[in-house]
Amino acid sequence: MQPFTTLTGVAAPLPLANVDTDKIIPAQFLKTIKRTGLGVHLLHTLRFDGAGHERPDFVLNREPYRHAEILIAHENFGCGSSREHAPWALLDFGIRCVIAPGFADIFNNNCFKNGILPVVLPREVCDQLMEDAAMGGNARLTVDLARQVVIRPNGEEIPFNVDPFRKTLMLQGLDDIGQTLQQDAAIDAYEGRQREQAAWMPGITVR
Amino acid sequence: MSHPQPGPRTLFDKVWAAHVVQQMPDGTCILYIDRHLVHEVTSPQAFEGLRLANRRVRRPDATIAVVDHNIPTSDRSVPIAEPESALQVETLERNVAEFGIPYFPVHDARQGIVHIIGPEQGISLPGFTIVCGDSHTSTHGAMGALAFGIGTSEVEHVLATQTLLQKPAKNMLVEVNGTLAPGVTAKDVVLAIIGHIGTAGGNGHVIEYAGEVIRGLDMAGRLTVCNMSIEAGARAGMIAPDDTTFDYIRGRPFAPQGEAFDRAVEYWRTLPSDPGAHYDRLVALHADDITPMVSWGTSPEAVLPITGTVPNPADVEDEAARAQMVRMLDYMALTPGEKLTDIPVDVVFIGSCTNGRLPDLRAAAAVARGRHVAPGVRAMVVPGSGIVKQQAEAEGLDQVFLAAGFEWREAGCSMCLGMNPDKLAPGQRCASTSNRNFEGRQGPGGRTHLLSPAMAAAAAVTGRLTDVRSLV
Repeated sequence: MQPFTTLTGVAAPLPLANVDTDKIIPAQFLKTIKRTGLGVHLLHTLRFDGAGHERPDFVLNREPYRHAEILIAHENFGCGSSREHAPWALLDFGIRCVIAPGFADIFNNNCFKNGILPVVLPREVCDQLMEDAAMGGNARLTVDLARQVVIRPNGEEIPFNVDPFRKTLMLQGLDDIGQTLQQDAAIDAYEGRQREQAAWMPGITVR
Repeated sequence: MSHPQPGPRTLFDKVWAAHVVQQMPDGTCILYIDRHLVHEVTSPQAFEGLRLANRRVRRPDATIAVVDHNIPTSDRSVPIAEPESALQVETLERNVAEFGIPYFPVHDARQGIVHIIGPEQGISLPGFTIVCGDSHTSTHGAMGALAFGIGTSEVEHVLATQTLLQKPAKNMLVEVNGTLAPGVTAKDVVLAIIGHIGTAGGNGHVIEYAGEVIRGLDMAGRLTVCNMSIEAGARAGMIAPDDTTFDYIRGRPFAPQGEAFDRAVEYWRTLPSDPGAHYDRLVALHADDITPMVSWGTSPEAVLPITGTVPNPADVEDEAARAQMVRMLDYMALTPGEKLTDIPVDVVFIGSCTNGRLPDLRAAAAVARGRHVAPGVRAMVVPGSGIVKQQAEAEGLDQVFLAAGFEWREAGCSMCLGMNPDKLAPGQRCASTSNRNFEGRQGPGGRTHLLSPAMAAAAAVTGRLTDVRSLV
């Protein structure tokens, strides 16, 4: 995973609530067996019409937002399906940070596993940042994970919360499977206790 | 696996505590996973990750794989026509062979939707932690398990370590008391709950469903309720295990048998929430206020009693909410004030992990019996598993459906999501027993109305959304 330290970039406003992961990446694009290449399908039905042509008025089809690295949205972003193809599509498009008043739990987890930072800020702050973002390429936002602040184009710093354990993994780009495997002995011990205390528990063997 | 803890605890607290391997200073836990269900869509990248890092699967004997999302529900004797779908299925078959994972292949009668077969086979049991790379894993919480959906990176984490890194959720109690009126089902109950708390209402919480109505549901109904917990944003839904649960589990192939079963039940009886346990949020609904429900919009919270009319954005004060309603009505091609029972349907879909179980098919067949699908309507019945199909056929339900003009198909996810040949065409309107009415969910441009199996069958025979109570 690519570390996330500080990001300065164009932010795209997407003033919609309940953007579900079907909308972020529709099911017909889930048939891939890779993590890459999904960026062209990001927000497919919002970006393209039925004939596959770009909708010129959609934010990600306009300059400078074609190069957005930050997305700002409304409540409950990423709800619905657990498909990690949603953060993969965002990442492949170039988006490393999503700012919203709230995220669905599974999507939130999936972002952290892929070096995308979900930042939770109150609705009115998101609206204010969307106004900043509407100014386009001259109004870049900065997201500083170490200091836990979003910096507006006017220099104002907006603090945000982040889980300390996840912050560490993100800052260092650490593989959390590797981290957990360092606790192998503790997992072994747990399994030993389980075999003893829940001896009734069967294993799965398919015949 | 219980740890001594002070004070009364909820069902969730108990299952959680019994699975903590290690807790970090910030509260993040390494949580042990008892059962990992794997399907073809969200696993290929996880297995690839294992290969790249030269890692093994820690507990193949706690893992079960099946294909469900991609496979056609038509003739199984012919190969999958869609090359990308075929590749995902072949990839899963290669992966389960390479890593030694138990697998129900497509021609095995036990194949079916992953959330149908877990409980059906006795793989999903009370007190277990159960995960799957699919948000509807919440279904298995009806067994009294802590079950939740995960992403592919977490699938890889579980394959490699049999654990997940998680922080505990908050507890929410949803109590439904009273007695359901005839024609009102578990699906109507859960749609009413989602309509009440909203699609983000459960975020950060595990919902425990309780009360007389929940107690009175059979396992199929409980599975339907827990299935849609994710539609309320909850991390999981749970129902305390009781004699209904134990009677359901007894004798299932992968459940403990004989004396081991008795010992398991002894433990499972300790799981229900203690009197006085703390919940962060309490929600109460009464059965008298729940009627047959139908969704009108493109979010599962956009539901109304079938007796209602399409809502009017002019009545909504909040500007953003009003704009959202306008967008939904535009997509759904509905007019404010229109009676819901005047809305015609093109397609009826009965099936999915929400409503693809035998009692669901019985309820639909009871309405279909002696009637016929309305002209111009395509109605399909898709059993949730090969076993459900066999059982339904043994009861003659297939003949009831076929005589009434319904299609009788093979087990799979089918038209719940647009990943296999069962899809809506743009503009088509579907009465569906599935779980999501998002834009394009059942096929690009398709329009979905969520409802119960009996209500779906009623829509099939009249050709429009219908109050099933008017047909009995």
